[in-house]
Amino acid sequence: MLNNITLGQYYPVDSVIHRLDPRMKICLTILMIICVFLCQNLTGFLLILLFVIGASRLSRVPFRVMMKGLKPLRFILILTFLLNLFFTSGTELFHVGFVVITREGLRQSIHYSLRLIFLVVSTSLMTLTTSPIALSDGLEMLLSPLKVIHFPAHELAMMMSIALRFIPTLLEETDKIMKAQKARGADFESGNLLNRAKAMIPLLVPLFVSAFRRAGDLAMAMEARCYHGGENRTRLRVLHISRNDFIALGAMLLLLVLIILVNIFVPKGLIL
Amino acid sequence: MSIELKQVTHIYSQGSAFERKALDHINLRIEDGEFIALCGHTGCGKSTLVQHLNGLLQPTEGQVLVNGEDINGEHVNRRMLRQSVGLVFQYPEYQLFEETVAKDIAFGPKNMGLDEAEIDQRVRRAMEHVHLDYQKYANSSPFDLSGGQMRRVAIAGVLAMEPSVLVLDEPTAGLDPRGRDRILGIVKDLHHEGATIIMVSHSMDDVASLATRMVVMVNGTIAKTGSCREIFKDHDLMKKAGLDIPSAARLCQELRSKGIHLPDDLYTQEELHEHIIRLWKEAKGC
Repeated sequence: MLNNITLGQYYPVDSVIHRLDPRMKICLTILMIICVFLCQNLTGFLLILLFVIGASRLSRVPFRVMMKGLKPLRFILILTFLLNLFFTSGTELFHVGFVVITREGLRQSIHYSLRLIFLVVSTSLMTLTTSPIALSDGLEMLLSPLKVIHFPAHELAMMMSIALRFIPTLLEETDKIMKAQKARGADFESGNLLNRAKAMIPLLVPLFVSAFRRAGDLAMAMEARCYHGGENRTRLRVLHISRNDFIALGAMLLLLVLIILVNIFVPKGLIL
Repeated sequence: MSIELKQVTHIYSQGSAFERKALDHINLRIEDGEFIALCGHTGCGKSTLVQHLNGLLQPTEGQVLVNGEDINGEHVNRRMLRQSVGLVFQYPEYQLFEETVAKDIAFGPKNMGLDEAEIDQRVRRAMEHVHLDYQKYANSSPFDLSGGQMRRVAIAGVLAMEPSVLVLDEPTAGLDPRGRDRILGIVKDLHHEGATIIMVSHSMDDVASLATRMVVMVNGTIAKTGSCREIFKDHDLMKKAGLDIPSAARLCQELRSKGIHLPDDLYTQEELHEHIIRLWKEAKGC
């Protein structure tokens, strides 16, 4: 049951997008989110769609994998669509029985759903093309100006990297302990909710014990190698902003400007 | 209780990018009362194989028969099966979770639905088997014990289900020599009492002195099964499987190369002892 959990959805292929600087990718993603929220009409969404398709083609991540991120959201998407469709007041378009569909309702429901979809797709484009380690490196560098106000940017990034590193280990451990308890006749699958919660005790206690043991060992190993936080620390992979990063930034800014222009100059359609 | 594996194949994460064949058409028959040593290089499929013996893993292809019955059939009670085929994992002390030693050992029997008196009896018997004093340890926390003691508690937790087949995955890994001898002594006693033992081991010394039959695995297949003597003689196989010869045999080889007259098929400490003492007595007699 544990082998279908994939964490950090990094899709390891080599592409222009993969090679972008993680700092730049985080910034681009934030800009993309701004675009998605600024966008007020369908022409704008069409531009965003073209941009996302272009970027995903460049990233060489299969379309199927990209869409995976939407799957857990399908109920929220449907709910958003229906709620906005049925419960927004405004000019009536038509009605079926007592259900009234308004022009504003139709507009909002389509816009909100599109925003959600683009939010998820564009952020997962980032996580699919950036390894978790690169991501936390990038985050650390972006947050480091905040060190002036004693924000622990390095520590935060280090904790993130450690957490990510140990997730597969703990999953493996869970699987092992689960099997060991099953071999002693434990039953994790049947019974009511209370019984099942109780059945987790033989799994959780050893798991916590070993997590604490590992944490202690790791701390010891880090101390033994003279780790003492971020001060004066050099890195193995030094991040460089390259020409491609600026091209990507340019493209993104262009999109932002276009969205704003479209908002101002392109009239809203009769319905949408 | 006999166990038979028929054309067992196991593939991990089938259909994904991480697909890996761990077992490849394994055929093996284990008779009642045998002491099988399962040997092979790390990653050759030993651990995967032992997890098939009590249905923790299901074969991708093939059958596992216990007493002639397919254990992955529809009407088989897996919990009953896991009580008769006891499995002690690698580093079993990491599975301890209860407040007291006695409660932890009682976990298995409790899951079998036995009554209090019977559970208590079994806990006492199991602790006796692993040489842990009931009076002294029953009410202490398992997390206060030493590593070797914790392992013995974990083994007792499996023994308390009184399985007729006991499978141990590297039971001595990471223990000091004393702890190791203790565990091996326990396993040996259990075998004498009639249990069928299947033990995964990297230590050829242990294997040579205990096992009635060796099963050597290479890359998910069984390369050879036979008596320890037969296997140790097969130098090509030993090399292919990445196994060392027992230290007694190595010492024997060295002595022979120094011109001392010893036979070339001495594999256990006891055998070597006997021969050296005999030689010494003969020399003294002269």
